[in-house]
Amino acid sequence: MRRAQLRSPRTTHAIQTLHVVILGNGITGASAAVRLRELRPDWQITMISGESAHPYSRPALMYVFIGHMRYQDTKLQEDSFWPKQRIDLVRDWAVELDAPAKRLRLHRGGELTFDRLLLATGSKPNRFDWPGQDLRGVQGLYGLMDLKLLHDNCEGARQAVIVGGGLIGIELAEMLHSRGIHPTLLVREPAYWSNVLPEDEARMVGRAIDAAGIGLRLESELAEIVDDGTGRAGAIVTKAGERLEAQIVGLTAGVSPNLDLVGDTQIECERGVLVDDGLRTSAEDIWAAGDCAEIRREGDERNLLQQVWYTGRLQGRLVAESIAADSRAAGAAPSYDPGLWYNSAKFLDLEYQTYGEVRPGGRGQESLWWQHESRQMGMRIALAEGDRVAGFNVVGLRYRHEVCRRWLSEGRGLDYVLDHLGEANFDPEFEPRFEPTMATSMRGARP
Amino acid sequence: MIDPRTLAYDFDEEAEGFGEPPRVERPRLPLDQKLCLGLLGAGLLTLVAQIGGTALSGTWGGMALSWGSIALGTSLWFWRLYAGTTPGIKHDGIWFRSALSRGALGWLAGIFMTGMYVLIYWFPQVLGESADGPPTGLVATVDPLAQLVTGYPASRWFLYGVLYTTAILVFGVRMFMKYRHSRYHQIRTASVMVFQFGFAWLLPNLLVLFQKPYMEFNGIWPLKQNYIWPEKWGEFTGAGAFGLFLLVWAVGLVVATPILTYFFGKRWYCSWVCGCGGLAETLGDPWRQLSDNSTRAWKIERWMIHSVLAAVLAVTVSLWIDYKTTGAVYGSWSGGVRQWYGFYIGAVFSGVVGVGFYPLLGNRVWCRFGCPQAAILGIWQRFYSRFRITTNGDQCMSCGNCSTYCEMGIDVRSYAQKSENIVRASCVGCGVCASVCPRGVLKLENGSTHADRYEGSDRPLDAFVKSLGIRDR
Ligand SMILES: Cc1cc2nc3c(=O)[nH]c(=O)nc-3n(C[C@H](O)[C@H](O)[C@H](O)COP(=O)(O)OP(=O)(O)OC[C@H]3O[C@@H](n4cnc5c(N)ncnc54)[C@H](O)[C@@H]3O)c2cc1C
Ligand code: SF4
Ligand code: SF4
Repeated sequence: MRRAQLRSPRTTHAIQTLHVVILGNGITGASAAVRLRELRPDWQITMISGESAHPYSRPALMYVFIGHMRYQDTKLQEDSFWPKQRIDLVRDWAVELDAPAKRLRLHRGGELTFDRLLLATGSKPNRFDWPGQDLRGVQGLYGLMDLKLLHDNCEGARQAVIVGGGLIGIELAEMLHSRGIHPTLLVREPAYWSNVLPEDEARMVGRAIDAAGIGLRLESELAEIVDDGTGRAGAIVTKAGERLEAQIVGLTAGVSPNLDLVGDTQIECERGVLVDDGLRTSAEDIWAAGDCAEIRREGDERNLLQQVWYTGRLQGRLVAESIAADSRAAGAAPSYDPGLWYNSAKFLDLEYQTYGEVRPGGRGQESLWWQHESRQMGMRIALAEGDRVAGFNVVGLRYRHEVCRRWLSEGRGLDYVLDHLGEANFDPEFEPRFEPTMATSMRGARP
Repeated sequence: MIDPRTLAYDFDEEAEGFGEPPRVERPRLPLDQKLCLGLLGAGLLTLVAQIGGTALSGTWGGMALSWGSIALGTSLWFWRLYAGTTPGIKHDGIWFRSALSRGALGWLAGIFMTGMYVLIYWFPQVLGESADGPPTGLVATVDPLAQLVTGYPASRWFLYGVLYTTAILVFGVRMFMKYRHSRYHQIRTASVMVFQFGFAWLLPNLLVLFQKPYMEFNGIWPLKQNYIWPEKWGEFTGAGAFGLFLLVWAVGLVVATPILTYFFGKRWYCSWVCGCGGLAETLGDPWRQLSDNSTRAWKIERWMIHSVLAAVLAVTVSLWIDYKTTGAVYGSWSGGVRQWYGFYIGAVFSGVVGVGFYPLLGNRVWCRFGCPQAAILGIWQRFYSRFRITTNGDQCMSCGNCSTYCEMGIDVRSYAQKSENIVRASCVGCGVCASVCPRGVLKLENGSTHADRYEGSDRPLDAFVKSLGIRDR
């Protein structure tokens, strides 16, 4: 299914050899470069990034810090892959973009001109002007620089407070915990990540946090970070007036598109760089994709801002087709179809997957939940009108992507799905199976 | 325009390492853990005393106090270590530990293990084996057991068997606890423990006791290269009805290999039954991350392992021709070849390098680069088997845990991130890639057919012929 939208656009023969510059070597930039090379064997491709010489897996940052892998193990490809593909890698920061002149100024390496440019500059951690946020020991977690900084900040630290209850917050907590530093998560909502997770799932994650010995303060907000007298963080104070000792303060309250470079150009931006469904920006010959792009939607649909790994890969591949296409003529260029939403995460030892649309806290959506009586295991089926299945949440279990995708795209009803639930199971061999129990319990919960 | 002062890039991410944690004071060990270490230490001390030749040497009491305490102390240590943690993947800090990341301690461990093999193979007198008279030294410490199960005084080979089996059992306990959240690992670990203890140690030793031809019941030609050589064949046929049974067993396993591999993949042997695999999966597990997963290593691997397979085939055929023609074709030459193979492949490669280098090259050096059995199983698995590792849609986020912890050095990620199944000759089906994947992307499966694993897998012969172009798939 998905393959279809990735097929080559109808290519007329390339009239000329163009120089495409890709700014950013994250999953978006890297996917675009590889796809573009497939489509345009003779174009010149340059990929620039200031963070690292080679593309690596950002979600793997934590594993480098806790010693599961070395940095080089997280690279997407062997180093020899890039020269073989004739993709030139440049390690430098672009500090200025002159869009009309099609020119980039690099910090170390002078100027660079391009025929076509892809902005894949990713995002940046949010900061909310908290008092004390510039003290030493206060930091976010986004890239390799943060990893280095965290390593330095850990020296002599015993406690930490992490502000923000998202995915990165819990990763940061696990990282600190592995160094014998006691972290406490400060979460504004009444349950962990409850703006995304329904209550039952959020509670399960809360239990995993407890079991690992990590602190969790719900319904707490940061008021200020207190100087320990040397210019370093020593404690935080919450809005309720509670004081928590912390030599490290992690700020992980979400990310926003990185607009540093386009800020003073004419390129249109809102939350992110605005692009059409071919991922073209308002400027001629400049595209944007991945975390930094905001895709315009027609009518009253909200613009799309997708900031996860798989959408970066998907948009990267698509934008390559758009860049490779010769004209904007209708039909010549592909258009972005986000497809079925899915994602997965791991909270400490607890795995989580989601497929389709599962709204947090019900919000007008009926759903059925099964939970194992003693194990950390749960499954939710969200329903739309007419008992059509709208989505799944699975915790402590693994489900098959293909099967869930098929059921959701075929609009299968609850009965069908419960009858065939076993097909969706993706757990390792010999693990106990609970699908029959799930089906019975879910059927029993219905009037 | 970006203010350059806000930019940080003057660091080399390749060299940085990001974080060997500073040496902090370790928390004090709890009493029960101290006791485990005490038991281990006491065992080592009595062992050294016995090697020196005290009265305990060669007695049941001495054996219990030395080997017994060492095995028990180590098992309890691992038990206690993992029992104190939440169930899940326990790989924190592996790359910061000298013994596990080719640091000084790793080299020491490698030298120690290699040294043991060198002593066993070439300096048995150092270990206390003597041709005329009772054993002394290290060999004597297992003498009572040897007398009991084989009816002979202990030899270096008996000592080796005891050490080998004990290592699998003790580190098997470690695997049990490390993976107590995973039935797959527990069951396959139990399997290698049973096969090693019963099929490869106890029963073969009983054969010696009852004066029957020696054979390990989980050994198959060509791993046990001589099991279908004329000499062994003669031994079997000369041992009556029981000898015939052994012969049928030996040939039966050769025949059963492709059938079982068709249904279950190579793993039925390599990570469930085989003794070498058993040691790799237990004693070797702490070093699995050291297996080189570059394409260069893969290339070397394919050339080496298939060369060894060709060699063992050639030796086997020449021995039989020689036998049938009573030496008219090859003459004394075939005997030389036989010895050459036994020495370089059987001893040096599978033992000294294969196991001795665990702490340097990973725990499957022999299985990857040298084992002709693995080569045969691999060819079946790659082209004609129902086994595959399924990649779960597009869920992979390229983190690299799977490739890092694959003991066979397979770059699992390179397939997973393209949403392709993993169908590789070398995969031993240990299942660790699937366990360490933080996004649940991988699943080992026996499908209902071999034909749906990759494009062209419905025509195994074509795929095989195509692969002989010796190009990467
Ligand atoms: C710790 C962490 C864990 C995550 N875990 C997950 C997860 O488990 N699952 C998931 O789906 N998503 C996860 N994400 C989100 C995911 O990593 C991002 O959505 C994805 O990396 C976005 O890719 P990208 O290529 O668009 O941008 P990025 O990965 O941010 O890459 C942008 C690159 O551009 C470079 N760049 C920017 N500006 C310039 C400039 N001016 N000059 C030169 N170079 C520049 C940057 O250095 C950077 O390397 C995680 C994110 C973080 C931070
Ligand atoms: S691919 Fe996976 S199952 Fe196969 S050997 Fe490697 S880690 Fe084990
Ligand atoms: S461990 Fe899982 S997510 Fe990571 S690279 Fe391998 S398959 Fe992908």
